[in-house]
Amino acid sequence: MSNVVIETRQLTKEFVRGESKVVALKDANITIEKGEFVALMGPSGSGKSTLLHLIAAMDRATGGEIRVLGEDLRKLSDGDIARWRNAHVGFVFQSFNLIPVLSAWENVELPLKLTKLGKAARLDHAKKALELVGLGDRLDHTPRQLSGGQEQRVAIARAIVTDPDLILADEPTGNLDANSARDALDLLGRLNREFGKTIVMVTHDPHAAKSASKVRYLEKGELLPIGQKPEDW
Amino acid sequence: MALPLTYNWRNLLARKTTTLMTALGIALTVAVLLATAALVDGLKTSLTSTAHPLNVLVMRKGSTAELNSNRSPEDYQIIKVKRGIAKGPNGEPLASLELVTVVILEGDLGAINITARGITPQGWLLREGVKIVEGRQFQPGRREIVVGKSIASRYPAARLGGTIDFGRGPWQVVGVMDAGRSAANSELFCDLNQLAADQNRATALSSVLVRAIDEVAMQALTNDLTADTRLNADAPSESSYYASQTQSAAPLQFIGTFVALIMAIGSCFAAMNTMYAAVARRAAEIGTLRVLGFSKGGILLSFLLESLLLSFVGGILGCLLVLPLNNLQTGIGNFVTFSEITFDFRVTPELMLTGLAFALFMGAVGGLFPAATAARKEILTALKQT
Repeated sequence: MSNVVIETRQLTKEFVRGESKVVALKDANITIEKGEFVALMGPSGSGKSTLLHLIAAMDRATGGEIRVLGEDLRKLSDGDIARWRNAHVGFVFQSFNLIPVLSAWENVELPLKLTKLGKAARLDHAKKALELVGLGDRLDHTPRQLSGGQEQRVAIARAIVTDPDLILADEPTGNLDANSARDALDLLGRLNREFGKTIVMVTHDPHAAKSASKVRYLEKGELLPIGQKPEDW
Repeated sequence: MALPLTYNWRNLLARKTTTLMTALGIALTVAVLLATAALVDGLKTSLTSTAHPLNVLVMRKGSTAELNSNRSPEDYQIIKVKRGIAKGPNGEPLASLELVTVVILEGDLGAINITARGITPQGWLLREGVKIVEGRQFQPGRREIVVGKSIASRYPAARLGGTIDFGRGPWQVVGVMDAGRSAANSELFCDLNQLAADQNRATALSSVLVRAIDEVAMQALTNDLTADTRLNADAPSESSYYASQTQSAAPLQFIGTFVALIMAIGSCFAAMNTMYAAVARRAAEIGTLRVLGFSKGGILLSFLLESLLLSFVGGILGCLLVLPLNNLQTGIGNFVTFSEITFDFRVTPELMLTGLAFALFMGAVGGLFPAATAARKEILTALKQT
């Protein structure tokens, strides 16, 4: 069985703004294998988030090919994508994106609502995920009652609760202080090393990128060859 | 599985003021609709419960009401020996010649028209539902009256021991009758001969009320009465006669429903506005839910349910607002008898269910478009709207 988790060929994304076309990502070729922790870096507007969104099927490519976990994402319907993402992909946002009216465990339980698990099993899974991120004693706290670092850990628990094959993180430390950022990165590192999760992380922060096993740089919508950095970096 | 209802409920609680104001708007709309319906239902119940299913009212052909009917004692002699008429305990046919007129009653609430009904002793037997709750029946040959309890409760002069002036002089109130929810509660009963003499109508009386033995006999009796050329009569069942008077409620029903509909349109827009605001405020949440795997349909359903939940709260509040009206007595002019009929508002469980259904309808209409907007949002666009 192939170890390739993500494979793109000539992947392109263009936006139409008024009468002009903006190329956000151009002919990107990347292969990420199972168990890799890859950081995507580059200046603002370089296309790193666009690539991450295409991998997560949150957006549709305008050209090229993309296969993630063996699925040709171009061929999936919106409904299929929703189910596929729920089953196979965990996503960590820069702003945590927790639901403010739900408690920590209810937030973590949310993706499990789309599975066939019963309530007791959902609660058990959510509790274990929160214990894994060190928040087993904060089950009933709402996001407002948590610090930024704790919120991000709840968000990571939510991303892993369905035991996804792939974790995608968009600037996960962007809104955190140094200590909390280190905790979050340690956690992602553990998930990669101990649980074999494949992780793709977009970041501006060179310190954050050090947690990754591989770093790929983008510039002006182009994915640079392995080992090559943008001119100003 | 859809998003949990607790998610919607807590979001409604998170914006208490908006939720409360929108729910109150829906509540007032439901209350107006239910109050109108309770009034109309009370009036209809009053009129329809007046009738006995085997009673037949014999009036002059073409008369729409007893008030403009004309029956003579000779007619009565012909009618009471018809086949198919039940006999009372005294062995006499259950047939009552009656005179119906309108008298003016003065009270604290102003002057009102009241139906005065002159009856024979057989008239009591034809109205088993009418009970004397205070005093006694009037005595034949005396200027005595028995008043319906609604009249007695609203007009001090019509209470037991009081006197009412009409016709040629005062009448003494010797009894108060309780006729359940029927229209007799709004009438005065007195001796037929006294009233006929008082009104100079000894030969021009109003109607004859008869009781058929059974349903089969009732049909035959009706046919016989209407076919008898000596009588020149219409003979509707008492039920259909009173049912036709429910048209008195039609203007009220129209105005109430019209006002409620106008308010409903406003409430729909209020719900829509609230839900559009919720969708705009929670755009990033919507994007997040989509990323977690919730489908467009799931998002639509969730926001629609939230709108329904909001309107359900409004519906419950509306029912609570209108509940104190239950059994509250009121009166309106009956356009057929030209007299006032008093009755109770009836806020029934069925009516409240209708109110809740109406509220949910408003919620569905108001919530559908915002929910569709939420469902249609592109994930990335939604996530950027923080």
